[in-house]
Amino acid sequence: MKIEPATLKRIVYSAITARPDEIGCDECFEQLDRFVETTLAGKDAAEAMPLVQDHLDRCGDCREEFEALLAALRALA
Amino acid sequence: MAERTNEQWLADLRGPGRDQALADLRDFLVRGLRYAMADRPDVTEVDLEDFAQDALVKIIDSLDSFRGESRFTTWAQKIAVRVAFTELRRKRWKDVSLQDLIARYDGVDFTPVVLTDPDASPEQLVSQQAMMDMVQRLISEELTDRQRQALTAVMIGGMSMEEVARRMDTNRNALYKLLHDARQKLKQRMTAEGLSVQDVLAAFES
Repeated sequence: MKIEPATLKRIVYSAITARPDEIGCDECFEQLDRFVETTLAGKDAAEAMPLVQDHLDRCGDCREEFEALLAALRALA
Repeated sequence: MAERTNEQWLADLRGPGRDQALADLRDFLVRGLRYAMADRPDVTEVDLEDFAQDALVKIIDSLDSFRGESRFTTWAQKIAVRVAFTELRRKRWKDVSLQDLIARYDGVDFTPVVLTDPDASPEQLVSQQAMMDMVQRLISEELTDRQRQALTAVMIGGMSMEEVARRMDTNRNALYKLLHDARQKLKQRMTAEGLSVQDVLAAFES
């Protein structure tokens, strides 16, 4: 087993910062449209919906979808 | 595309204006997906049309779950983006077996770990090696086989959550919960053994 330092850091950091109130992908997805609209309105979505931001920081799939959705809606606005 | 309120979208999609509303929504989704996938040269116009079509079916099936907390088009585009990425992830990983990926990093025959962080000081390399030893030990002592496999595939192998979940016969939400439980177990032991967030940051900062 040989892993890169960046991978090791990701594993250890994600564990040591684990919190009991993390939301899952379903709850994040349910709130994602509101989170994106808050961001598009120039407001601090992370402050308004901290658990969604926390999930996006931890989940690569959800983050990828958030960024794509934001890019789409920003361009269409 | 005609401007519609959320109520008008729902009424049109459920009523006599359905065909025009579907056409307008499909057009909106394709345009949005084009921007969403702007940095994906492997995605074709045909793919965008297919994603939008598949998304339309899901959207129509889910109309009753729209709670009106955002614009209808934002909610619909969210579903289209999810549909598109689900398919793209399936394609991206189609030639990789989950078992092979896990076996690559999760052999019982552990070879010595070589950490080669060129930016690390000698002290940081010692800390990193100690953390590596701790992580290996705690993963084997604290996690179930399923948690260990999921953590290996997602965090070390880099496979998408969606794909790992599909191959482990579960869903993304349940996989996240599985990994969340795993991280909490690791945290408990790491904390008991005296590791802090500051220690982790200090070991890796350049």
